[in-house]
Amino acid sequence: MAQRWGMIIFALVMAVIPFIPGMPPFWIVLLDNIGLAALVAMGLVLLTGVGGLTSFGQAAFCGFGAYTTAVLTTSYGLSPWLTLPLSLIVSGVAAVILGLITVRLSGHYLPLGTIAWGISLFYLFSKLELVGRNDGISGIPPLAIGTLQFTDPGKIYFVIWIAVILCALLTLNLLNSRTGRAIRALRRGHVAAEAFGVETARAKLLVFIYAAVLAGLSGWLYAHFQRAVNPTPFGLNAGIEYLFIAVVGGAGYVWGAVLGAGIVVVLKEILQSYLPVVFHGSAQLETVIFGILLVALLQAAPGGIWPRLAALLRLSSRLPLPQGADALPPREKAVATSNTLLDVQAARKQFGGVIAVNDVSFNVKAGEIVALIGPNGAGKSTTFNLITGVLRSSGGTISVLGRNVDNAPPQEIAKLGVARTFQHVKLVPDMTVLENVAIGAHLRGKSGAIASMLRLDRKDEAALLAEAARRIERVGLASQMHQLAGSLSLGQQRIVEIARALCVDPILLLLDEPAAGLRHMEKQKLASLLRQLRAEGMSVLLVEHDMGFVMDIADRIVVLEFGTKIAEGTPAAVRTNPDVIKAYLGTAS
Amino acid sequence: MDSTILLFLLQDGITSGAIYALLGLALVLVFAVTRVILIPQGEFVTFGALTYAVLATGKVPGTTLLALGMGVVAFAFDMIAGRNTMNPRKFIRSLALNIVLPLAIWGLATMLAGRQNSVAVNFLLSIIIVAPIGLYLYRIAYQPIAHASVLVLLIASVGVHLALQGLGLAFFGAEGLRAPAIATAAFTVGPLRFTGQSIAIYAITILLIVGLWLLFGYTLYGKALRATAVNRLGARIVGIRTTLSGQVAFLLAAVIGTISGILIVPITTIYYDTGFLIGLKGFVAAIIGGLVSYPLTATAALVVGIVEAFSSFYASNFKEVIVFTLLLPVLILRSLATPEVDEEED
Repeated sequence: MAQRWGMIIFALVMAVIPFIPGMPPFWIVLLDNIGLAALVAMGLVLLTGVGGLTSFGQAAFCGFGAYTTAVLTTSYGLSPWLTLPLSLIVSGVAAVILGLITVRLSGHYLPLGTIAWGISLFYLFSKLELVGRNDGISGIPPLAIGTLQFTDPGKIYFVIWIAVILCALLTLNLLNSRTGRAIRALRRGHVAAEAFGVETARAKLLVFIYAAVLAGLSGWLYAHFQRAVNPTPFGLNAGIEYLFIAVVGGAGYVWGAVLGAGIVVVLKEILQSYLPVVFHGSAQLETVIFGILLVALLQAAPGGIWPRLAALLRLSSRLPLPQGADALPPREKAVATSNTLLDVQAARKQFGGVIAVNDVSFNVKAGEIVALIGPNGAGKSTTFNLITGVLRSSGGTISVLGRNVDNAPPQEIAKLGVARTFQHVKLVPDMTVLENVAIGAHLRGKSGAIASMLRLDRKDEAALLAEAARRIERVGLASQMHQLAGSLSLGQQRIVEIARALCVDPILLLLDEPAAGLRHMEKQKLASLLRQLRAEGMSVLLVEHDMGFVMDIADRIVVLEFGTKIAEGTPAAVRTNPDVIKAYLGTAS
Repeated sequence: MDSTILLFLLQDGITSGAIYALLGLALVLVFAVTRVILIPQGEFVTFGALTYAVLATGKVPGTTLLALGMGVVAFAFDMIAGRNTMNPRKFIRSLALNIVLPLAIWGLATMLAGRQNSVAVNFLLSIIIVAPIGLYLYRIAYQPIAHASVLVLLIASVGVHLALQGLGLAFFGAEGLRAPAIATAAFTVGPLRFTGQSIAIYAITILLIVGLWLLFGYTLYGKALRATAVNRLGARIVGIRTTLSGQVAFLLAAVIGTISGILIVPITTIYYDTGFLIGLKGFVAAIIGGLVSYPLTATAALVVGIVEAFSSFYASNFKEVIVFTLLLPVLILRSLATPEVDEEED
């Protein structure tokens, strides 16, 4: 609730500021500008800081918002309030088109792509007759309610800051939800998120559109604040400045956007008014200082200023665990004990000339623990990736519950109830254990982005978090539930991954080296957990190097060497198999 | 279409394409060694062009002072970073590189300025003046974050671009400059007139492309530079001085940028912010080349130049729109072609 109170206090302070006697009107103009910039930066926080998609082109979306209302109000005489939804829609549609192109881009191609269309759109704005070329459009009507016209900065101030606070609220709501967790998982790569049913491409497009709509809103406000638009504020330099604001404030934090906007707008003002005095009128030195500060900031405080401030003020963002939540409906488990859950037939994977998995066949039956072992490079993890749809197989068939899942995307596999952990832990380090585990329940919730923003998802959300909490307690990490996942030891992180996989309510659990990095006691606890799960009817396929652990709990063992299956059987049989001994120890010649 | 117009446009496109090729190559070079996407490459073009133009008028260009200032900062960085491991050798090396060198260049420029120097002297002097800026730039802006992700380096590049562009304005003013051609000879083939300037552009471009290709493909030193980009730690373990590699890459980029600037300033007026747009077009080419391939980059640069020439003839208003939109389909193809990897960055 602390967060709610912080919000209310902030809103009250902002509401009181214009009424302070003797408040210079110029300060109000600055605050207006801060609010406008904060809106765009908030979108960037979600897009870049949270979702990991760096955009230099956000200013162009402000342009879409501003020009839409400018054209419609001046040429067609529409009311500004009527153009608000239209401005947002135009920005959103532009974002869909650019987003479909851009979010496909990987790595550094993505920011470069945004630079490319950022420049293109700037020139388009400055050359198109419709939007007045370089001169832009002037004579835009002010916002008005009845006879009250928001003509001066002191009046539009309220509109701007109501928009900022509302958007901050909506954004925070979105982040603390099922969709928000999916977005926050994006930055750590798509494999882990997809393994739990997150449609990463859709999630990326969603944040892209959201950020664009916020920028469009800022553009709409800007147009009615300045009452004139021209291409300059929508160019690449402005786009860079917005990114700068987000980085300064702290790219991962919604309030960082507001803080960053405050710092940058005020700094710019100071530089513009004092630098010419100090340097005898040398114009534009502020861009020099600006650039230098950006580089210095990246060197000194890459995380931005907000997290430092938050640590100083001891603001905690701990989520209260909702009480009395409904239990999620369990998966129907109409599986007879003799049923084959997973059937791998002659699975094959070639990377160029290397055959990583060479016609491997095995199966996992209901209520069975099967271990996949073999020396390093035997193709165990590749087999895992084939089963879970991360890699496309080059041949053979894989079926789950009799359904052929060859080359189905990871999300489909997850829907069938196959959950996995990773050899290299893939948790979101700056999310709590609870939130990480709740990603596992992604497919079991249904609230979308809009419901989350409006807090209509509370029942659904409570059920997801309660399920996550239950799974965490079950694996014995209840006391770490609210810690950041990145602060846990490697062994504990592995256990968190198991809890996350359990949240899928799986019929088959795929564990990639679950015991690696675990201490002796932890291993024993893990073994007893797995036995318990088996007793409840769960099947487990695990890759593991710890032979003691494997021999202890596995019902059957499949041995791979150089991508080929060389043995299969009970632990006792495998232990004495001469081929296995040869593979592990070599032969005495 | 008139075949003469076609030929003119092609010639025009190839001439600018050659410049873009040079810049694209520098970008590939810097990216291959340091993983920095060098947005400020365009500023080297501006600095080179304007330094050359100012020298041609017989004055001392402001870039000498810029080099001096950046050298002092770089020296300070060296002192602070190495405060616990300082020894006389290190100190003298840093002092010589960061303080004495730019001072000497400044002295040289002041001494030579005002005389009627030949084009060759001004050409060389411009390179000598601008090149150290590249060196110091790496030391100051990028070396402290050399291990950071491509994305962080990219954002830093944008900051550097802003700073250098502003400094360009401060040192050269808002007025555009032109300079005399480096070769005045000219000859005519059919309807086309080849100026000495355009021949110089072609020749220098080809020379540099072949040179870089040889350096990186066939010499141990070039391979060491490439190794740095792939894995800094690994390169250090096998004895490659990664910091030096970065400095060399930036030095080369500054030299190439300067040469491009000198080649272009007799053809078109250069303002303090012209370089950025020219550099970005080199970028389009470099990205088409995937930031790795020199021949592909050079070819792509020619395509960019020709597309630009034609679009400025047929839709001059939308020239930039067309050139930069050209990048998008390429980026998409590139993204689809690179195998889907989990781009996890720590």
